[in-house]
Amino acid sequence: MSAPAHAAPSTTTGTRVLEFTDVARQFPDGTVALEGVDLTIDRGEFVTVVGPSGCGKSTLLRIASGLDAASAGTARVDAARIGYVFQDATLLPWRSVKKNVELLAELHGISTTATNQAALDAIELVGLRGHEKKLPRALSGGMKMRASLARSLTLDPDLFLFDEPFGALDEITRERLNDELIRLFVAKGFGALFITHSVSEAVYMSTRVLVMSGRPGRIVDSFEVPFGTDRTPELRFTPEFAKLAGEVSHALREGHS
Amino acid sequence: MTATLPGQTTTSEETAVTSTLESPTAEAVATGSTPAPVVRRRRPRAVNLALPVLVFAALVGAWYAITYLILDPGRRFLMPAPHTLVTDALLDPAITDKVWPALGRSVVVTFTGLAIAIVIGMLWAIAMSQSRAIETSLYPYAVALQCIPILALVPLIGFWFGYDFPSRVVVCVMIALFPIVSNTLFGIQSVERGHHELFTLHKAGRITRLVKLQLPAAMPAIFAGFRISAGLSVVGAIVGDLFFKQGDPGLGILLDNFRARLQGSALFFTILVTAALGFAVFFLFGWLSKLAVGRWYDQSRDR
Repeated sequence: MSAPAHAAPSTTTGTRVLEFTDVARQFPDGTVALEGVDLTIDRGEFVTVVGPSGCGKSTLLRIASGLDAASAGTARVDAARIGYVFQDATLLPWRSVKKNVELLAELHGISTTATNQAALDAIELVGLRGHEKKLPRALSGGMKMRASLARSLTLDPDLFLFDEPFGALDEITRERLNDELIRLFVAKGFGALFITHSVSEAVYMSTRVLVMSGRPGRIVDSFEVPFGTDRTPELRFTPEFAKLAGEVSHALREGHS
Repeated sequence: MTATLPGQTTTSEETAVTSTLESPTAEAVATGSTPAPVVRRRRPRAVNLALPVLVFAALVGAWYAITYLILDPGRRFLMPAPHTLVTDALLDPAITDKVWPALGRSVVVTFTGLAIAIVIGMLWAIAMSQSRAIETSLYPYAVALQCIPILALVPLIGFWFGYDFPSRVVVCVMIALFPIVSNTLFGIQSVERGHHELFTLHKAGRITRLVKLQLPAAMPAIFAGFRISAGLSVVGAIVGDLFFKQGDPGLGILLDNFRARLQGSALFFTILVTAALGFAVFFLFGWLSKLAVGRWYDQSRDR
């Protein structure tokens, strides 16, 4: 599948889309989910946060998206449109794939013709062509996730937030979607904040991997990933990949203890 | 009466997804262009039909036994033999000339009452869904409506609204209202959190959220409520009729007249017509529900 003609990432790469300074989040019951988080993301950066369950990774995303607010520090997001891919595909079961993909553009009051075109483009991009009229119940887990991705793509977001989107999928599907997401990232050049608890997925997908400790969640380590944008599944079996994954794993264990 | 409703995931959804994703094209082949078949374990159709028929035959046999073996001839009007329902009622114009128009009037009362109950009930539930304060203020009255025996209010309704058509409709509305209120509210409040967050994230307003998310999601519950209320509405129409004996007779008045005149066959026949009306509205709403939400919502768990 070729990159769409209208993607012009190079001109906007580097624009800062997210800047967290000393962000903390304490819940009313006293639990401290996040503490002292500093984080910046530019367009063209794919930042992954790995950490143990319940370390506040999701809270980080919720603050970035505006669903939750920091209780201390500043969380600035400079993105006209934010894409958010949830753990579940959250498709509306009464809408067809196409209607689901059109939903966000509809909510943003974008004209019907523009919405229609954006939906068709996004469906093409995630490889769901021919499935437009299907209802979510007729889709496999992987296809649902593709539809969910397509839905966010219609907005052409500057910042894409992913909350363990492929966590519930089998490994083959997951790796395939990893590749497709990289391809979309390269084509569109958005900034991405990706949450996962898979070290391998983190290293494979990212330009930068952040390691989070358990509660209270803080960023304990950061790794630049030097593999460029042309990544293939074979990368996972190279010594360089194994070395980096090992370092991330080690940092994860350190942060956890 | 409580609305029984399954959760959001449906069995068919789980069974339909049998292929793991290999590639989009492989998936297309695996699932085809039509929705995957719903795998449901069922007894053979013939057995499903035969069992109720057997029970029916046994019941009719028992009925004949009571008529001819237990009752002496002078008292057979209490339980006239099944075939006399045809010979002395269905084929007797003197009876059917009363029953069919009465059925028509009861149908009008049932559907007028139901339609009003649907409008009031849904607006009531939507209002409650929009604000915690409104819900707290109004929900006790919905429950009260359900708890007060409507029959106790029937004399008062006659007192206020007279003893004709309007009163009968009022009784229908009062009996049919609660399931619609509670099911609509339940449906709206059962919307998945993830869906709400999606709408919040994209700054959907209250009306957009209601129209594009809450009401569509609540439709299966709402239709389940309609179905319960439709049955109750028939009850309301008959009860209202029985009590308000003025104006053109509906089925309720007719039942009472046949009873008073010891016309057993006509009475039994009218009871069957009433039952048929009940069945008809129940299945009508089952069918409407299937038409409205059957495409995406698996109703096999409701039954």
